[in-house]
Amino acid sequence: MSDPVVRMPRGVRLHDDRVRGLPVLLGPERALMLDEIGQAILSELGTGMRLSVLIDRLAKRYAAPRDEIADDVREFLDNLQVQRLLDYADA
Amino acid sequence: MRDVPVPPAPIALLAELTHRCPLSCPYCSNPLELTAREAELDTATWARVFAEAADLGVLQLHLSGGEPASRRDLEELVAAARAAGLYVNLITSGIGLTEARLGALEEAGLDHVQLSLQGVRAGIADRIGGYRGGFDRKMEVARAVVARGLPLTLNAVMHRQNMDDLAETLEMAHAMGARRIEVACVQFYGWALRNREALLPTRAQVEEAKRTVAAAVRDYRGRMAIDFVPPDYYADYPKACMGGWGSTGLNVAPDGTVLPCHAAGTIPSLRFQKVTEAPLSEIWTHGPAFKAFRGHDWMSEPCRSCDRRDIDHGGCRCQAMALAGDPAATDPVCRFSPHRALVDATLEALPKEKLPEMAYRR
Repeated sequence: MSDPVVRMPRGVRLHDDRVRGLPVLLGPERALMLDEIGQAILSELGTGMRLSVLIDRLAKRYAAPRDEIADDVREFLDNLQVQRLLDYADA
Repeated sequence: MRDVPVPPAPIALLAELTHRCPLSCPYCSNPLELTAREAELDTATWARVFAEAADLGVLQLHLSGGEPASRRDLEELVAAARAAGLYVNLITSGIGLTEARLGALEEAGLDHVQLSLQGVRAGIADRIGGYRGGFDRKMEVARAVVARGLPLTLNAVMHRQNMDDLAETLEMAHAMGARRIEVACVQFYGWALRNREALLPTRAQVEEAKRTVAAAVRDYRGRMAIDFVPPDYYADYPKACMGGWGSTGLNVAPDGTVLPCHAAGTIPSLRFQKVTEAPLSEIWTHGPAFKAFRGHDWMSEPCRSCDRRDIDHGGCRCQAMALAGDPAATDPVCRFSPHRALVDATLEALPKEKLPEMAYRR
């Protein structure tokens, strides 16, 4: 599972919180207020893609060294996956 | 001047669409005095409430009851809530959710289903729910929800009579394809308080349940999310009830009464407003029941000068009312409460073997 396909499952979606002026990730019993980094990762992810592709795209979009962001991206995604707000499919 | 802060926007609304329910669980969170069908809000009023809630900042809508499927307009209500931009969670026993209705709810935009579980086998489940055949129906509904790809949370309500089945319950939840399980130990208000002797688990059961949950969190990591609500009578500190009074969520009862929590009606000194009398934002921001326990000025000692006052907010106001007779008292489960002896005496007096008959919600 070093390079899973990351998917936003049904019942989880990004929401533009117009009252608080923040992007929010909504899922079962969860409303996570996203910071800029979280928003960048999840908006790039869309409905899903392979982890390596996601990291490539983020590195390119933010002109950031791939190695530097890879761990942070993985940590952010792992945290959501444990809550079952993201799914990992087999690499 | 009282230091009542301007409240942040609420995140969640629990809409008790009806008190009608085919089950009669002896720990039902509905009040002892149930609202009649004739007094329920109509479809258009609920739709307006959902829109007002979204404008106020609510993100999560929990459609509950009673059994929300008892409302014939449930599909319309889901559609109205989605149109307002809310995340729509259905809290259900499953009874009344036919394949056709599930299809219609899915079509209307239902986001998530939370299915209650009274027991891990038909015998105990149907005895606790007071509804023969309920368990089998529920299992069919669980299969149908998962087959449709709708996310499913199992809400396993645990107490003395089924807590020993916890490991089996976790296995079942995972096997049926639940993405989440809430292990919700009964909290003692209303009906549950009336049946406390028969429902309050033993200390040994609670310790075992904690070990079981800790192991399951490891074993099911990444496959099923587990939330655990322990029974607070065995805790040292009270639960941060509702994340602080009037700070994160609100309840609307079937007749439109707006409450800071589902049990707030048990506090006789509070005055509640209805959604038919004032806008939801007005009730949330300035309603006397919502302002009653915001901030710190209402607190007495030991809460007022306690380091934990912004962690647990003095615990639960309804529990202070129920056990100490004073809604502004420290939650009696707190080790610093002058009323803690009441809780300890209750624990010591628990029946050793034969449990009393329970009063079922009717």
